[in-house]
Amino acid sequence: MTDILADAPGREADFAAALKDLSFTGILAASAFAAAAAFSLIWDDVGDWGRTREFALILAGVAAGLFLASVLAPWHAGLAAKVTHRAPWALALGLFFAAWEITTAKFNILPQPFFPPPQAIFEVFTDDFAKLGASILASVKLHATGYAIGAVAGFLLGVSIGWSRAVGYWAHPILRFVGPLPATAWLPIAFFVFPTSHSASVFLIALATAFPTTVLTWSGIAAVPSAYYDIARTLGANSRFLVLKVAIPAALPHVFVGLFMGLGSSFAVLVVAELLGVKAGLGWYLQWAQGWASYANMYAALLVMTVLCSTLMTILFRLRDRVLSWQKGIVKW
Amino acid sequence: MNRPYLQIDNVGMVFDTAKGSFTALVDVNLKVARGEVISIIGHSGCGKSTLLNIVAGLTRNTSGVLLLDGKEIDSPGPDRAVVFQNHSLLPWLSVYGNVKLAVDKVLSARMDRRQRHDWTVHNLELVGMGHALDKRPHEISGGMKQRVGIARALAMEPKVLLMDEPFGALDALTRATLQDTLMDIQAKLGNTVIIITHDVDEAVLLSDRIVMMTNGPSARIGEICEVALPRPRRRLELTENPEYLRARGAVMRFLYERQRHPKAA
Repeated sequence: MTDILADAPGREADFAAALKDLSFTGILAASAFAAAAAFSLIWDDVGDWGRTREFALILAGVAAGLFLASVLAPWHAGLAAKVTHRAPWALALGLFFAAWEITTAKFNILPQPFFPPPQAIFEVFTDDFAKLGASILASVKLHATGYAIGAVAGFLLGVSIGWSRAVGYWAHPILRFVGPLPATAWLPIAFFVFPTSHSASVFLIALATAFPTTVLTWSGIAAVPSAYYDIARTLGANSRFLVLKVAIPAALPHVFVGLFMGLGSSFAVLVVAELLGVKAGLGWYLQWAQGWASYANMYAALLVMTVLCSTLMTILFRLRDRVLSWQKGIVKW
Repeated sequence: MNRPYLQIDNVGMVFDTAKGSFTALVDVNLKVARGEVISIIGHSGCGKSTLLNIVAGLTRNTSGVLLLDGKEIDSPGPDRAVVFQNHSLLPWLSVYGNVKLAVDKVLSARMDRRQRHDWTVHNLELVGMGHALDKRPHEISGGMKQRVGIARALAMEPKVLLMDEPFGALDALTRATLQDTLMDIQAKLGNTVIIITHDVDEAVLLSDRIVMMTNGPSARIGEICEVALPRPRRRLELTENPEYLRARGAVMRFLYERQRHPKAA
C-alpha cells in the first residue's frame, strides 16, 4: 500500500494515459453485443425457437469478453494492438446480430421461414449435429479423395508435358480441347459410366482439380531459366537430377497457382455433384433441408461450407508460405 | 610447355539459325598450362562467351577438338566449373544449400556426409561468406552472390575454373575487392582459370596471358599478350609499373585501333 502511495503521481499519470488509450470502439462493440443479447431475452420470439436463451447467453458472453479486452488493453501492448485492429469488425458484427435478431425473431420484418433468426441456425448445430456432422464428414472425405488424386495426376502430367516432347505432342491437343470444358458438364455421363455416384464424383472433382494444376505446372516447367539447367549440367547432372532438383523446385510457384485454381473449381464440382447425385454430404444436406423447407438447416449448411472452403484455402496458403519462403513478395491470405 | 593442360585445337563454331548458318568462331587455337590464368578479351559479339561455353561443354563445337588433361571435352562435367555473370544461384536454396548441392553431386563418392558439410562451409569461408550460410540469394548483394558462385565452383575442385564476365555487373569497388579475393585464392590453390572480360585493367591485373579476339562474325584469336608481372600483384603498386603499362597499352591498341568495333558509338 505504501509503495502505491509513494508512486501515486506516476500512477495517476499512467491511469490518465491509459484512459486515453482505452478502446472506445471496443466498448461500443461490447455494447452492441450486449444489446443483441438483451433484445433476445427481453422480447418474446414471434416463432417457436428452442435455443433463444442459450444463444442470448453466448451473445452476452461475447459482450463481456469484448468489454474485458477493451478495458484491459491499455495495460497490455499485444492485447491493445489486437483490440484496436479487430474492434471495428466486432462492432459491425454486434450491430448485425442485433439487427438480425430484431428484424426476424422479434418483429417479423423479414418474412419467415425464409429468413430464420440466428438462434434457429444455432439450434441446428446443437440439435441436428449428428446428421450435419455426418454430412460434413462425407463431404470432406469425398473432396479430399478427389482433390488429392487430381492434384497428384495434374502435377505429374504437367511435369511430363513440360519435360518430354513426346508427351507434350500427344497431351497438348487433348488438354487444349477438353480442358476448358467445365468438369460439371461431364456429370450426366460420369454418373452412368462409373459404378457408384461416389466414384463418379471423385472422378469429377479430380478432373476439375487436374486441369489447372496440369496447365500451370507445365507452364512453370517451361519457364525455368535455362541458366539453372546450365549450372546443373556443369555439375554433371543427368535428367533425373535436372527434373527433381532444378525443374520442379523452380516451377513450384506456378504449381501452387494451379493448386489454388483447382481448389476453387473442385469446390464447385463437389457441391453440384452432391446436389445432383450423391446421397450424403453438405450439398445433399442443403438439398434435403430445402425439400423440408427447413431454411435454418440450409443456412447452417451454407455456413459450414463457407468455413470449410475458407479453411482449406488457408491451409493451402500456409503450406505455400512454408514451401515458397524463398520467394519475395508473395500475396498474404 | 610440352604437354598443355588444356588444348584448344582448330575449334570452330557454326550456328544454324532461321536466317541460315552463322559462323561465330574460326580456327581457335590455344594451349593453357596448369595453374595458368588466362583472360579472353574482345568487343561484345566476338564469341568470347561461345568459346567459354564450348570449353564448359554446354555448347558443342562444330569443328576442331578440345582436350583437358588428355581427355576430350564433349559434354559438361564437374572438371570444368563455370561462374556465370548472372551468378545463377538457385533461388530456393540457401547460400549453403547452393554450394552443398554441387558438393553432394560431385564429391559424394569421395566424402562422407560430415566431410561434405565441412567442405561446403570451408569453401564459403574461403570467399568470405561464412557469415551468411542460411541467407537466401535474394537477401544478399550482387557481390555476395558472385562470391557464392565462386565458392560453388571452387568446391567442385575443377581442373579449370571458367568465369564468364564474373564481375561485369558489379560496382567498381566491389569488383576490385572480388578481384583481390580471386587472386588470393588462385595463389593459394593454384587453379587454372579462364576468365572472360571486357575490362582491360581487370585482364592485365589478373592474367598471365591475355587472349584478344577479333570482331565477329567469324571471330578468331587476334593476338596473345604475355603479362610478365610477378605475383602477388597489388593494384596500387602496379599503376606506375612499366610492364603493366606496356601490357595495358598493347591490349588497348588492339581493341581500339585494330579492332575498333564497327557499330561502337
